[in-house]
Amino acid sequence: MFLKEYISDVYQGVRSLLKGMKKTGYYFVHPSEIITQQYPDNREQLHLPERFRGEVVMTHDENNEHACTGCTACELACPNGTIKIITKFDVSPEGKKKKAIDTFIYHLELCTMCNLCIEACPTDAIKMAQTFEHSVFNRNLLTKKLNLPNSKIREGVE
Amino acid sequence: MFSFQQIAQQTHAWLQQHTGSFTVLVECAIVAVFAITLFAVLGLVLVLLERKVAAHIQIRVGPNRVGPAGLLQTVADTLKLLMKEGLVPNLADKFLFNLAPFIVMMVAMLLLAPVAFARGIQIWDINIGVLYISAISSISVIGILMAGWSSNNKYAMLGAMRSGAQIVSYELSAGFSVLCIVVLSGSLRISDIIAAQENGWWIFKGHIPVLISFVIFIIAVTAETNRAPFDLAEAESELTAGFHTEYSGMRFALFFLAEYINIFIVCAIGATLFFGGWMPLHIAHWEGFNHVMDYIPSSVWFMGKTFALILLIMWFRWTFPRLRVDQLLTLEWKYLLPIGLFNLLLVAIIAIMGWHF
Repeated sequence: MFLKEYISDVYQGVRSLLKGMKKTGYYFVHPSEIITQQYPDNREQLHLPERFRGEVVMTHDENNEHACTGCTACELACPNGTIKIITKFDVSPEGKKKKAIDTFIYHLELCTMCNLCIEACPTDAIKMAQTFEHSVFNRNLLTKKLNLPNSKIREGVE
Repeated sequence: MFSFQQIAQQTHAWLQQHTGSFTVLVECAIVAVFAITLFAVLGLVLVLLERKVAAHIQIRVGPNRVGPAGLLQTVADTLKLLMKEGLVPNLADKFLFNLAPFIVMMVAMLLLAPVAFARGIQIWDINIGVLYISAISSISVIGILMAGWSSNNKYAMLGAMRSGAQIVSYELSAGFSVLCIVVLSGSLRISDIIAAQENGWWIFKGHIPVLISFVIFIIAVTAETNRAPFDLAEAESELTAGFHTEYSGMRFALFFLAEYINIFIVCAIGATLFFGGWMPLHIAHWEGFNHVMDYIPSSVWFMGKTFALILLIMWFRWTFPRLRVDQLLTLEWKYLLPIGLFNLLLVAIIAIMGWHF
């Protein structure tokens, strides 16, 4: 009985080792599998994965309208206080007051790209962009205002 | 046909004519120059090869900035190491600390003596070649222990002790697998072992037992050269750099070089014992095929086999995870050694009954 276990131990061990060697051997003889990108050289043809997260941006359409209602769900969802929303009250022609954003402040230097704000947003107003060359000489430049000047909320977004 | 043997004989004759009684001294000097050149070139080539192999196995590109396709990377590294300061720790045992890298290097150089590089090219065809190799290769553990002890560093000490336990135990299985070939060839002399493989390499002629002893040999020498998965003596993630933690500059480079030279030498010995060294692929009674194979120079055969084995060992290194100390000793004493002993018995039966081809 002992001998049987012993031999099966050896067999299993050798088998699993060979399995690993088969995988690495496959990678060794298939240079096309290489995933490294020669980054500064291939800046034009750079291929980023679909889910790569570079920074938070607010999408605006051609009429300079966004979908942010100023609900501050993203601000509450953010684990390290990256987002600060300053709201104002728009007065409609009928004299009704409506809450809207004044400034959407985004601190890129604090952001960890965790994607929680994007998931929290009920109107899909913000999304993750794939830009990643963020280095600047002045730290203040990393504090960004995401809503474009004179932009306003799209009709029908509540 | 081009052959190193002719060149060597002509040089010998010329030297005898012109230098007379000093011939041996001059030849010693020439051999020393060749050995040192070989070491330097091997160091450069093997380090680059290792980095490229590692990169491709890990789906990376590897060094590719210095020179065409990164070919000059190791040259740049060597220049850097030459210019670095060689620090000696304050409380280190200075004499042993300085001596250790040279001991390790000396062992590697001594091991080069009985290796047959091509037909008729062998520094010292000693009649106990295999015994000499197994005896000398165990000295390197003294160098490693010396380095670990004299550094006055916990990591270095631990690494050195591990290395001691490892080399002492794995030498046994390496010895047993070498014995298999000695039993089959009936000689300890390297040239006799190669000559015995005239009609086929031992790995083909010796059936499954020789195959098993080759597997054991490769595992044991991987452990003896302190390479992953048996790199407990260095174990970057546990012991920073193990026994050479405190070494820097050229002394570190000597350790580094010795590691790669040792790989080359154990692979050369493995190729000699199991794959016929410089002997071309011969199959008994296939005269035409044997003649075609003879046209490939013997040095090419030797280097080809050696580098194939080096690639195999590098493949191990970048595939397998590191063993724990208890696993290391279990593997040796509970698996490799009993299997090796039993295997030796089988090989002895094969040799006595003449069942090999």
